[in-house]
Amino acid sequence: MSVAIQTHELGKSYTLGVKGPGYGTLREALVEAAQRPFKRERREKKAKGDLLWALKDLSLTIESGEVVGLIGHNGAGKSTLLKILSRITEPSAGYADVTGRVGSLLEVGTGFHPELTGRENIYLNGSILGMRKAEIRTRFDEIVEFAEMERFLDTPVKRYSSGMSVRLAFAVAAHLEPEILLVDEVLAVGDASFQRKSLGKMNEVAKEGRTVVFVSHNLAIIQALCSRGILLERGEVKTDAPIVEAIDSYLRTLERAASDDLLERTDRDSRAYDETLVRRLEIHDDSGGHPNVVVAGRPATIAVEVTEHLPTMECQLTIVNSLGQPVCTLDSEMSAPVDVREDEPGTRLECHIDSLPLLPGRYRIDVIVKAKRHIQDGLQAAALFDVEPGTVGNRPIAAEAEGDVVLPHSWRLPA
Amino acid sequence: MLTPVDTLRLQPTRGFSRVLAPRELWRYRDLAGQIALRDITVRYRQTALGGAWAVLQPIGFMVVFSLIFGNVAGLSSNGLPYPLFSLAALVPWTFFSTALLLGSDSLVANSALVSKIYFPRIFMPAGVIVAGFVDLSISFVILMIIVFAWGFVPSVAILAVPLLVAIGAAAALGIAAALSAINVRYRDVRYVVPFAIQMWLFITPVVYPSSQIAEPWRTLSAINPMVGVVEGFRWATLGTGNAPWDLIGISALAALVILGAGLAYFDRVERAFADFV
Repeated sequence: MSVAIQTHELGKSYTLGVKGPGYGTLREALVEAAQRPFKRERREKKAKGDLLWALKDLSLTIESGEVVGLIGHNGAGKSTLLKILSRITEPSAGYADVTGRVGSLLEVGTGFHPELTGRENIYLNGSILGMRKAEIRTRFDEIVEFAEMERFLDTPVKRYSSGMSVRLAFAVAAHLEPEILLVDEVLAVGDASFQRKSLGKMNEVAKEGRTVVFVSHNLAIIQALCSRGILLERGEVKTDAPIVEAIDSYLRTLERAASDDLLERTDRDSRAYDETLVRRLEIHDDSGGHPNVVVAGRPATIAVEVTEHLPTMECQLTIVNSLGQPVCTLDSEMSAPVDVREDEPGTRLECHIDSLPLLPGRYRIDVIVKAKRHIQDGLQAAALFDVEPGTVGNRPIAAEAEGDVVLPHSWRLPA
Repeated sequence: MLTPVDTLRLQPTRGFSRVLAPRELWRYRDLAGQIALRDITVRYRQTALGGAWAVLQPIGFMVVFSLIFGNVAGLSSNGLPYPLFSLAALVPWTFFSTALLLGSDSLVANSALVSKIYFPRIFMPAGVIVAGFVDLSISFVILMIIVFAWGFVPSVAILAVPLLVAIGAAAALGIAAALSAINVRYRDVRYVVPFAIQMWLFITPVVYPSSQIAEPWRTLSAINPMVGVVEGFRWATLGTGNAPWDLIGISALAALVILGAGLAYFDRVERAFADFV
């Protein structure tokens, strides 16, 4: 077997500016340039201290035909690695040898222009993904058929529903024939039937002997598609093993992360404003008992402690099953008459559930706290909890019940 | 398909290695074409008047300039009708200023692409300039219609037009490339460019003839590449006066220097775009 990707002590560092990446002002740069000759030494020292290594000493070999899942927390370096492999950004140290044509499945509609029609966007997007014009022409009908949108070909994409854009984007990408396919969290969108179709296509690609490097938070998809898993932690390889082992290892780190002091977590939402931080998150059974152990069908409360009071905070909680698939989202912004907004400032947000409709098993809670119209803090796996067997609506839960939820219900049956 | 399977080593690069790699540009030529096509289509798709804008802007300026500078201020136009005199200059000038304005914003405006996929980044400012050729062609045709209507007949000098356009495009690409790169890190560029373009209009002999400037300043002023282009355009399209080869020559050299410096700077900073945009 030949080697598709080989990295050698690959590293990527970012300089942490006071203001964060992107916006410096020209004035600052000019002032600094003028002062530079006088304070060279200090500057260099400072620059070294502020380096953040998003990837460090990464040496990997991926054989051609392997389907590899990259897993890890936010900020572990998964996306940085994909960015280097797809040449979007340069490494700062080491090198990566890539053999074969690389294609990326991108976020939905990247490179789509809203003013252009579906037809025009197929050509634009195809060439953005690295297809030859002639190649797009020969596959055009296939692409249109896969996306199921013959009728809308000459409609500007801005009039498409988001589902349609996703279908079109994926259809173009799926007909790309790279030797190496890089996929970053794209299958999380689209309706269920299209997702299934996309997964089928991914499977097909993998079976054709092409190399796939796959990043997703959805462990179920990763497990279904990949044979090998690489767990990254703080820019380094933590585990490189068959996919099941790698996922186990990741779940264990999640557990550890959730039991640590949440303020020490560094894998926070990158969009966050950080004016207030989540200090603690807990779910408990209202009748007492251990925190983070709840009984199915009983009332439960999820409590979020933040560090600072901010006016009109909102909270969004997502309960996720052990394979990384979201089960439900509880969002205070979707307000209801039963919600209570206290008169006093405070740092505790509570979400009450009358009867916890979850099947026994292990779940995690992702949290986003918003205020002043911005995300203030976000954490995945802020808490892990176990649901113990119980009764829902006085009905016991079947041992062989499938899925994640159990609904209160009643039957009418013949004699 | 792109080139057959070969191994690409991705590593920190030094020196000039990206923009100035012809193989790389050739490999992505289809994308370059699609980007230029997109820029052209999008520019006209949602505007009510479409291609008319390419004409309205220089014509509008021509009317205003003729009234103010021609009539009120009585600026010299070397004996030519002032509207023709100014329009012949405004056609290449509009091409140049639009290229600068849109080109300097091109990387930031396409940040979604720049941060998500690889392609030679120079395609962004270059695509804008290529798209500008369409506007230029339309306004050039209108200029020629007006020239004929006024009873002028262009001489063989008109064959110099492609050369003049090339000088203007080279200068525009050099400057737009550098500005677009700076814009990625310092958004100040957005505010500076419109202002700088207005100033530039007045140091270029658009509303006045360069013959009004005393030597040696007249010749020296041609290090502003648009001096040669604008004066050359008048000579080439109106078929009158002497060929300003001295100005055109100096401007061509200046444009090449600007192009080289702009591309070199672009090349130096290109590798970090995705980290900043």
